[in-house]
Amino acid sequence: MTGYHRPATLDEAAALAATGGDIAYLAGGHTLIPAMKSRLRAPDALVDLARVPGLSGVSREGERVWIGAMTRHAEVAKSAPIAALARLAGGIGDPQVRERGTLGGSVANNDPAADYPAAVLGLDAVIETNRGSHAADDFFLGMFATALEEVEIVTRIGFRVPQAAAYAKFAHPASRYALIGVFAARFVDGARVAVTGAGPGVFRWTEAEAAIDAGAALPELAPDDLNSDIHAGAEYRAHLARVMLRRALGDMA
Amino acid sequence: MQISLTVNGSLRELDVEPTMLLVEILRDHLRLTGTHIGCDTSQCGACNVLMDGKAVKSCTVIAGQADGASVTTIEGLGADGALHPMQAAFREAHGLQCGFCTPGMVIAGIAIAGRHGPDVNEETIRHDLEGNLCRCTGYTNIVKAIRAGAAAL
Repeated sequence: MTGYHRPATLDEAAALAATGGDIAYLAGGHTLIPAMKSRLRAPDALVDLARVPGLSGVSREGERVWIGAMTRHAEVAKSAPIAALARLAGGIGDPQVRERGTLGGSVANNDPAADYPAAVLGLDAVIETNRGSHAADDFFLGMFATALEEVEIVTRIGFRVPQAAAYAKFAHPASRYALIGVFAARFVDGARVAVTGAGPGVFRWTEAEAAIDAGAALPELAPDDLNSDIHAGAEYRAHLARVMLRRALGDMA
Repeated sequence: MQISLTVNGSLRELDVEPTMLLVEILRDHLRLTGTHIGCDTSQCGACNVLMDGKAVKSCTVIAGQADGASVTTIEGLGADGALHPMQAAFREAHGLQCGFCTPGMVIAGIAIAGRHGPDVNEETIRHDLEGNLCRCTGYTNIVKAIRAGAAAL
């Protein structure tokens, strides 16, 4: 039987997680609950963050747009002041999923085919937690792995406002997860390109960034370390990544 | 755990496992079997209900999350002899065949009308039905029904 806690503060939530055992933070639950139903996850207890105040909302502070970790995808789609980010959120799952799923839940889970990690990495974001903050470049550590400690809870994410940005996704027709998703952004100090769905986790495609900065032809993505599964082979994914990059750049123009 | 939720306008107090699914609470505890379990993997939308005014998949909400919420199921939309306009539109447009997906489609239709207004176009409806699966109709009459239902709301 799975225990259930509904703390009123972040400190209380972190204290519950520090008591040991397999404790899972529950945000919107649209990854965790399906994973529990299929017995991929069987945590000893859930710590539901729904009653912790101050974890949702969208605001702009200087060069960053801050979005609370418990902000639903539907809310980001409606009100994020970075158009590419709003469009990305509006393409996650389906309308019912977007009413429940959250930014923080997606980013903390780091599914290798999730959409949000591409925006976090592509927009050079800062991930704030109850213990400090992480730069996006140091946060994603491969399949379902992040720099978060056990007791660490994402509170909000600050996306750097780009000069231009776009996200192009080839969605799996049943799950709506990204078979390949490419987030491209242009900043005054250069381009950033993040790829999701292709490998064991989201990654920056630095050769593509260099080519964009130099105005050179777009490179091929080497298929060596990419995923090969029933949905698509590594070479097909490599090809799709280049196609999605071209589409994203086209949308930015 | 003790939870209380308002279902179709009535306050219900229940003692359930905190991880019990909302759809199980509705069907097994409250005997509201109009909400269907199609896939159980958060994809098909047969279990859609309105929770605090938003269409959600009740197979992917647990009791602890639903505590304190206001839920409307297909049974709560109309009254005896008086269908909700979206239900009436589904009947008029013959927007169903076997009927299994219909409760979720009607709930999704109401949410679509809420998001996009009475003049919502076919393309928008088709796009917004991406989380609702129908294996009989080919969707054509469902889309017609939602257009008509949105206009009548």
